[in-house]
Amino acid sequence: MRHSMDHRKLGRNPSHRKALLRNMMNSLVLSERIETTVPKAKELRRLADRLVTLGKRGTLHARRRAFALLSDKETTDKLFATLAGRFVGREGGYTRIVRTGYRVGDGAELAILEYLPAEEKKAAAKGKRKAPVKKGAEKPAAGKKSAVPGEKKKTKAPTSREKETERKAPRSPRKKVGEKSK
Amino acid sequence: MPNPKRRGSKCRRDKRRTHKKLSQPAVSTCPQCKSVKRPHVVCPTCGTYKGREVIEKTEA
Ligand SMILES: [Zn+2]
Repeated sequence: MRHSMDHRKLGRNPSHRKALLRNMMNSLVLSERIETTVPKAKELRRLADRLVTLGKRGTLHARRRAFALLSDKETTDKLFATLAGRFVGREGGYTRIVRTGYRVGDGAELAILEYLPAEEKKAAAKGKRKAPVKKGAEKPAAGKKSAVPGEKKKTKAPTSREKETERKAPRSPRKKVGEKSK
Repeated sequence: MPNPKRRGSKCRRDKRRTHKKLSQPAVSTCPQCKSVKRPHVVCPTCGTYKGREVIEKTEA
């Protein structure tokens, strides 16, 4: 049993690992959502949160420390201009990791790591607070469903289409045909 | 050099292997489209997770 494990090594030497995480930090700040392997996402999560903490501090010193991590003026500016303001009412936990399945080539488990979107900020925070207090699993679940009526329409349509594809033909050619016709 | 005294029987070999078997993968049903999916993972059929996360599959 190896205790005191500080971080994952990700199969790289320190400089390679530092460069990888720096690239991923920049990508995450720029696009706010990236898909990687689960271990990389979990390593990046702490750095992503640290960046926001620095951004919320807003001082020149914090900006220099963020720039030391990112080495990129554009992303540092975005961090302090937009991301920092978005998470004013939240103390930590600025990111979300959702598993999405297995990669085709090597079978690695993938996940999406994203900064919480601005609109979801309040609704998500309320839901988390209410759920443990009520203990009734039905009420929060019903609230979530009614809160997102737009998503049901999106989800129902592709499911019916995919049932057709399962009956008639292999998946990939069908989908491509459908996309072109649209 | 020490060697086995007897060749092992098929019976013993097979009995040893009764514990070596595959287990069923954990499954759950998607609350959106009711299809079978892995737990704690985005539904591969409709691209939702916990009812709201529409990830990929936005061709509709
Ligand atoms: Zn589904």
